[in-house]
Parts: sequence; structure tokens; C-alpha cells
Amino acid sequence: MMRRGLAGQRLVATFLGGALLFNYPVLSLLDRSEPFFGMPMLWACLFIVWAVLIAVVAWIAERGAR
Amino acid sequence: MLSGTVVVAASFAYLLVLFAVAWYGDRRAEQGRSIIANPWTYAMSLAVYCTAWTYFGSVGRAASGGVWFLPIYLGPTLAMSLSWVVLLKMIRISRTYRITSIADFIASRYGKSHLLGGLVTIIAVVGMVPYIALQLKAISSGYSVLTGSDDSGVFPFAAASWFNDGTLYVALTLALFTVLFGARHLDAAERHEGMVAAIAFESVVKLLAFLVIGGFVTWSVYEGFDDIFTRAFADPELAALLSLKTASSAGYGGWFALTLLAMLSVIFLPRQFQVTVVENVNEQHLRRATWLFPGYLLLINIFVLPIALGGLLYFGRGTVDPDTFVLSLPLAHGERALALLAFVGGFSAATGMVIVETIAVSTMVCNDLVMPLLLGIERFKRSNHPDLTGLLLGIRRGAIVVVLLLGYLYFRLAGEAYALVSIGLISFAAVAQFAPAMLGGMYWRGGTREGALAGLLAGFVVWAYTLMLPSVAKSGWLDRAFLDYGLFGLEYLRPEQLFGLGGLDSISHALFWSLTANIACYVIVSLARVPTGQEATQATLFVDVFSRGQDTPATFWRGSAQIQDLQPLVARFLGAERARRMFESYARERGVARIDDLKPDAGLVQFAETQLAGAIGSASARVMVSSVVQEEPLGLDEVMDILDEASQVRAYSHELEEKSQALEAATAELRAANERLKELDRLKDDFMSSVTHELRTPLTSIRAFSEMLLDDPEIDLKDRTRFLGIIVSETERLTRLVNQVLDMAKIESGHAEWHNTDIDMRELVGHAVETTEQLFRDRGAVLELDLPDRAPHLRADRDRLLQVMLNLISNAAKFVPGDTGVVRVRLTCETGQLRVDVTDNGPGIAPEQLGVIFEKFRQGGDQYSRPQGTGLGLPISRQIVEHFGGRLWVQSRPGEGATFSFVLPLPPEAGDGPDRAMT
Amino acid sequence: MAKKILIADDEQNIVISLEFLMKREGYEVSVANDGDEAVRRIRAEKPDLVLLDVMMPKKSGFEVCQEVKSNPELQSVRILMLTAKGRDTEVAKGLALGADAYMTKPFSTKELVERVRSMLAER
Repeated sequence: MMRRGLAGQRLVATFLGGALLFNYPVLSLLDRSEPFFGMPMLWACLFIVWAVLIAVVAWIAERGAR
Repeated sequence: MLSGTVVVAASFAYLLVLFAVAWYGDRRAEQGRSIIANPWTYAMSLAVYCTAWTYFGSVGRAASGGVWFLPIYLGPTLAMSLSWVVLLKMIRISRTYRITSIADFIASRYGKSHLLGGLVTIIAVVGMVPYIALQLKAISSGYSVLTGSDDSGVFPFAAASWFNDGTLYVALTLALFTVLFGARHLDAAERHEGMVAAIAFESVVKLLAFLVIGGFVTWSVYEGFDDIFTRAFADPELAALLSLKTASSAGYGGWFALTLLAMLSVIFLPRQFQVTVVENVNEQHLRRATWLFPGYLLLINIFVLPIALGGLLYFGRGTVDPDTFVLSLPLAHGERALALLAFVGGFSAATGMVIVETIAVSTMVCNDLVMPLLLGIERFKRSNHPDLTGLLLGIRRGAIVVVLLLGYLYFRLAGEAYALVSIGLISFAAVAQFAPAMLGGMYWRGGTREGALAGLLAGFVVWAYTLMLPSVAKSGWLDRAFLDYGLFGLEYLRPEQLFGLGGLDSISHALFWSLTANIACYVIVSLARVPTGQEATQATLFVDVFSRGQDTPATFWRGSAQIQDLQPLVARFLGAERARRMFESYARERGVARIDDLKPDAGLVQFAETQLAGAIGSASARVMVSSVVQEEPLGLDEVMDILDEASQVRAYSHELEEKSQALEAATAELRAANERLKELDRLKDDFMSSVTHELRTPLTSIRAFSEMLLDDPEIDLKDRTRFLGIIVSETERLTRLVNQVLDMAKIESGHAEWHNTDIDMRELVGHAVETTEQLFRDRGAVLELDLPDRAPHLRADRDRLLQVMLNLISNAAKFVPGDTGVVRVRLTCETGQLRVDVTDNGPGIAPEQLGVIFEKFRQGGDQYSRPQGTGLGLPISRQIVEHFGGRLWVQSRPGEGATFSFVLPLPPEAGDGPDRAMT
Repeated sequence: MAKKILIADDEQNIVISLEFLMKREGYEVSVANDGDEAVRRIRAEKPDLVLLDVMMPKKSGFEVCQEVKSNPELQSVRILMLTAKGRDTEVAKGLALGADAYMTKPFSTKELVERVRSMLAER
């Protein structure tokens, strides 16, 4: 029970973090015209943040399942 | 270019494979070896979210708006991270109350209302028809691109007359397959294992196909991401797409609106509700889906921008529809097999969506639109047709066909006006209207039927006016005038700048106004009145689903029905055989051998209603069951009473627990007290027995000598005098004893009188010594006195303290040997207390005696040295000293005499110094 | 030949009175002041009767009685228990341990003398 409640709170926290990262004003920081390793900065950063977010959620969810 | 025959054959072949998968899934489910009962399949089935709109439309959107295709997938990622909080509850509620659609969910929550269920169904149908049209359009245009012309091939797409239109046949084919997948038989839980298996399969197919095309464009047509992006950066028009600011005019507000919209859609789209909630076989599967489904979305989007840029770089702007880049790029490079694969992938995405969506919508149409209408016909309700399963299936199948044909109609009328993505967003905005009523219903008890109705209606109307009608108008089917000048020429009623709100894209604008109207109406109207009993019941069942037992839904009405009435009723909608099996298993659960033995209680009625709810919706089930049940619905007060009762019972049991613990403690205390009393009783008995003994002993002597003197006058004078002396001394002993016993009893019971005065201990000790001088002279012993020059006064009862002193001194006098006996009395001032020591050089006290000499009637010494005492002197002395807060003790070693000491505390003010005490 | 009587009691005044009474009746009297001494004297002197106090130092009258009665050599010794504790349980206990008679203090001197006389006459 304890663990499930904790996982739930972690997921909500992750949601809030994700919502922050995926919106203004953080988004405007990533929106630069210069390339990032040859790729568009915004595009690359969004995918990286996205992937990290999924990894974090996976860690929380699967950990809670043990 | 490919020949139409090949494309059609490939499509059919794919459909057959899909069907085979579904058939296999159903077979395994019947054997009890489900292939969908694992978290991977579940997560894959959620990917039905990615339709042809994703498959073709994302590229189109990226080609015109750069990264603006992403919020549609970031939203679901965020929503899924909340799934363990929100979706889990939705799943639990739906499972517990056999809810099979969003319409049923909302209707059930707000008091099993037919009206609400119907409204939700209408919104769902109106919202989904364009979306289904979108899928048809995708297949149709995909076919055109692949075959290279609009009017060649086996099926001439987009032909002038509808019966020549291939898209119609596509729609009909899909309808046929959907019926085969989802409406072959009736399932009480509306679960379709085969369909889920097929959907999971098609999710894998469309992902692989898209990845293959993406890989082909990125690494075969171009030389990797670097190459594409370098070229794009070089082109100012394309470079503009790579920044959020320059790619679209919507701004960050629009970005947020799209994210929110997608978040709500992934939960409230009918097909998502179907796969996520209704088809869920195990709540734990949600755990993996929480990250696997977002992972899927990430994968399928990686190549969207590269394909879009690649297509734009290759074809240039305006020549080829970017929505078809996935097909046209391989074709342009002569990769016909790849193009066919891409088409199959898109076809897969489209069919998956169409199948699940139409099944979900048809369930709603059947349960929440048609059934209520049928039930409204009195003849139908009263008819005794034993089996209506055929009718139900017929309604479902009809609904599927009708919905698909409506989709086709929309496609024919408005399909060409908008790019794919726009149509998708219109549908998203429609289902977002369910959010307030759904979420409010899950977390807020105050929502009422009217509130939900008002909210949904307001949201729907605003959505239709600001989004739906403009899209129809833009397709040229309506006069555009109201778009530009407002309804009735009123400027502030312009649908896309309602009340003059400008600067927002049409989706954000519509979402803002519709959700605002929706939430405001929902909350305000809900707060207008107190929920009814039925609403309060359902609210509690929904909101508290986790704290209530999963398998025992509470029944909040009185009523009972005979099994003879209920079983045929269930059989009418589910089939006789199925109904019999259900009731048998219910009977087994209840520990009853035969169905007929089931108690006709509220639980049985509830069971029947729940089973029916799965098939015809909760509201209709309610109506049907109430037609055979003798029941009276409960008012709000009564429901609240029952709920209160439940919580009171919990509180009571808690209280009881506490009370029983307190009782136990009290019992233990009582037992201890009883033990103490018994002990006291025993002590009293011992005391009485000892007193008796001590009284009888002198009496024995007195009586014996008296009798002897009386009987025998011959006794000589010497004996006579001796005997009389004994009698006198024994009488004195008796008197002393009686006095001391009374004294003891008074002190012990607290009834003793204490006459406190200021006492100079030097004077008191001196007085005691003087009084006993004669005793010492008789014994030939010496008494030494050692007094300080000054001693502070203390406040106590002088006579009592004197009694203590006399007792100690005379005790000592008794034990010291004659002639050589020395008793030393010493008074000393210590800090805060006065100390008196009475030391003798008698035989001393054996260690084992030290503890007991202060007990009553325990006298020290043996028969030779045994003093003439009562055995109460020391106990009384100790009681007196302790009464004044002091301490009395003895130190002794056998053969070395004994020292009895006591200390008495000085009053605080006397501790200042001896001077003061002298005054 | 005068019958021998042992008086076992720790109360001097009672001993004096008993001694005076018994001597006046013509018995030969010896005295023991505690339980141990009583046993010793009984063994040594084999008195015809023992006036035995229950509450004595070192050994209670009950213990003395038990020792005497369990010794076959001392079968002829009669025991009259005297106690200041007049409870029924004590009387029963004394008789159960083999005491021949039981009297509670304070006793009537006439009754005591009668009892002693009858007990010694039984043989």
C-alpha cells in the first residue's frame, strides 16, 4: 500500500514536471535557430525530454510493480 | 504506380490476416487461454490512438507547421503518467458496475439518466463521424496516390456518383468486418478479445511500416538526419518550420491548448475508453502501458519531421499533398513494394480506428439511444418475448453500418475542405466536452444530472458553433457569411472570434469557449440544488470506488424480486443459456445449490441489474429491472442515512474496539484491586488473629491466677502476693495492648488526631530521657545523651513524637544487658532535617529479622530476651514518623547492638539557619 | 509413682500458673520454653503428658506434636494442645496431627485439671 501510494505521488510529480517542461516558458528556451548536433534544437530537445520522461515513468511504474 | 487490383488484393489480404488474428484471439479466449491477458498486448492496443491521421496527417502537419504535430503526442504522454491515478479509477468503476461506454459511465454516474446517456451518445456520434470520414478519406486518397490516378483502377475513387465511389465500398467492407469483429455475439461485459488482439497486431504493423518508410527516406533517399536537416536549414522557408515561433501563428497558448486537448482525448475518445477501460482484463496491465504506450508514440513520431522535410525538399511546395508523402516518396523512387507496405500500414491504422470507434459508438447508440426509445414504448416493455438477443445484435450491427455510412456521407460532403489534421482536432475538441462530467463525476459528489446535462449541452453547442459549423461552411456546404460577419450579422458572434476574442487559432479558441461554458454550466447548475437520492448513491459508488468492496456494490433501495421474474428478464437480453449459467454461478457464490433457492433479496436484484447493464446499459437495465421488482426508491435522506449508517457502523466498531480494550484494562484493574482487597482481607485476618492471640495470652494468665487464688484460700502469702503482682502486670499489658491496637487502627484509617505545635526537639528528647531514667536505673544500665547546642524547631504533634522516643528508648533499655548496658541518644541537625539515633549495646538483630521487626506483632529477640511488649510499638512509631514526612530505620549487626534512627524534615523557612530557629 | 508432665510455653506467667496447678495436683513437672527444648525434653524424659503451646519460638506446637507422634518410642506420650488462637481450623489441625486433646486459652483451671486427670487415667 505504502509503495503504491508513493508510486502514485511520484507519477503525479513527474506529470507536473513534464507539463512544465513541455510548455512556455521552458519551451521558449529551447526554441533556438542554431542547430544542435546538426539537428533542429527544439525538435531534438523535445524528443530528448520526452524520452527521459518516459524512462522516468517506466522506472516508477515498473519499480512499483515489484 | 501500382495497379488497383494489387492494392485492393493486398488490402483484403491484410483484412483477412487481421480477421484471422481476431478469430484466433477469440478461440483462445473461449479456451480460457487469453492471448491478450498480458501488459504488452494491452499497451499495444492503446496505440489505436494512432490512426491514419497520425500515419498520414502528422507528416502533413509537420510539412506546414514543423514541430506543431508533437503536442498531439506529448499530451497523451503526460496523461498516461497520470493513468495510475485517473484511468485506474475509471477502470475500477467500470468493472465494478459493468459500464461499457462513456455514455453509460456518465448516465450511470448521474442517477442512471437516459437523457444524459442519449446526449453523450449524440455528441460522440457527431464528434466521431468526421473522424471516421477522415479514415475513409485517408484510404481513398492513399489508393489514388498509389494507383496514380483518380479515375482509373478497379474502383474509381471520388467518382461523381456515389454508387461508383470506391470509398463507399470501403466503408461497407469495413462495416462488414467491424460487425464480424465486434458484433458477432453479445458479451455482457462488452469485451472483444479477438478484436483487441487484432488491434494490437495492427498497431505493430503500422509502427513497423512507418519506421521502414522513415528509415527509407532518411537513409536511402537522403544520407541521414544530418543531411536532411542541413538541407532544410539551407532553405529559409523550411528553416522557418524548425522553430516554434516561426512555424505557426498559434503561439505558446495554442501549443498548450493542443497538449491539453490531446491529454483529454487519449482518455475520453470512445475508442480509447473502449480499449483502455472496457477491454482491460487486468488493472496491473495499466502499469506497463503507462510508459510503453508513450514510448510507442515517441517511436512513431521520430521520422515524421524528416519525412515531411524530405518530401518538401524532394517535391517542393505545392506539387504533392504532404499528407501523402509517406506513399509518394517511395513511389517517386520506384520502390513500389515499399509504397504498398506504407499503404498497408496506413490502411491498418485506419481500419483499426474505424473498427474500435464504431464498436464503441454502436454500443452507445444501442444502449443509450435505441434501447431507451424502445423501452419508452409500453408495448415493448410489457411484451414477453423470451429472447431479445437477436434484436440487440441487430441494433448493434445496424448502428455500426449507420455510423460508417454517416462517416462516408461526411466525407462526401466536407471531406475535401480540410486537411486531415484539422478534422481530427475537431473530433478531439468534441470528446473533450466529456471531461468535466466524467472527471467531476469521479472526484466530486456534488454533480447533478441537470448540471451534467447543462455542461455537456453548453459545451457541445459552443463546439458546434465555433468549430463544427465553420468547418462545414469552409467546405462550401454553408454560406460563409456568418463566419465573416457573425450570426445575424452580429460582430461579436463570429464563430472563430466569439465575443471578439482574437489572436487564438480556431482550435484553441473553440476549446477555450466550449470548456469554459461546459465547466461553468456543470458546476453552477449542479450547485443549484442538492443531489437526489439516486444521484447521491451513484456519486458515492463512483467517488469511493476504492474504499468500497469491489464485488459488493451497495444497494441503496429497498426491493426484492423473485428469481422467476429476474431470470427470464436477463434471458431476454442475454439468451436463456447464458442467463442460466450466470445465475448458477451466482448461486454457487452464495453457497446455494439451486437457482430457485436464491433468496429474493436486494443483492440478487443488483446482480441481475448489473448483468443487464453490461448488455443494454445501466439506465435501461434500471428501467427493465424496476418493471419486475417491487421496490420503492429511496429519497436522498434515506440514502444519506444508509451511508451514514455505514460510516457509523465503522465508527461504532472502532469505538467498540476501544471500549473493549478499555474494558479489558478495567477488568485487569478490577482483578488487581480484588487481589489487593483479598490481600488486605488476609492481612486483616492475620491482624485480628494476632490481636486475638495477644489479648488471650495475658487473659490466660489473669484468669488462671485469679481462679487459683479464688479456689485455694490456702495459698501462702508469698505466692499470693506474687500471683497478684502478675495479675496486675498482665492487666497493664492488656491495657497497653488495647491502647496500641486502637492507636494503630486510628493512624492506619487516618482518623488519628494530630495536634501540631512548634517543637524544640532538644527539649523533647531530654524529656523522653528523663521519663525513662527510672527504667535504666532499675536495669542498672546507662543512658548517654548527646544534644547539639541549638536545633531548629519543627512543627509536629508533641505527644506522638514523645511516644516514638519513649518506644525507641524503652526498647533499647529492654535489650541492653543489665549492669553493662549503655544506650546512647543523639540528636543532630542535618541539612533540612533533624536526626535522632538511639544506639544500644544489646545482642543486636539478626539480618533476617531486620525486615520484619517493623511488622505488627513481630517482636525481636528470643524467649530469654523477649521483651514485654505488644509488638506494635515499632510499627506505630514508624507510622508516626512517616506521617510527618520522615523516615525510621534500624541498623544492626548481631552481637554489636542496634541503632534505631529517624529523621524528620524541617519546615522550609527553618532551613535558613539555626538563629532563626532559636527565636 | 507420680506422673510426669512437661509444660511447653514461652509465656513465663502462663508457665508459672500451669506449674503451680500441676504441682498442686501432685504431678512431677518440668518446663520447656520453646519448641526445640520441648522435643528434647520429651525425648529425654518421656513425660506422661505434655501441655503444649502452639505459638512458640523455634518450633511451633504443631511441629513438636508431629515429631512426637511420628516417633514410635514416644507412643505413650499424651499431648494436650493449648492455643490462644481459637479457630476451628487450628483445632482440627492439632487433632489431625495426633494431639490427644485441645484447649483454647484462656482456659478454666478446673477444666484443665479435670482434662489432665482424665487423660492420665485412661491408662
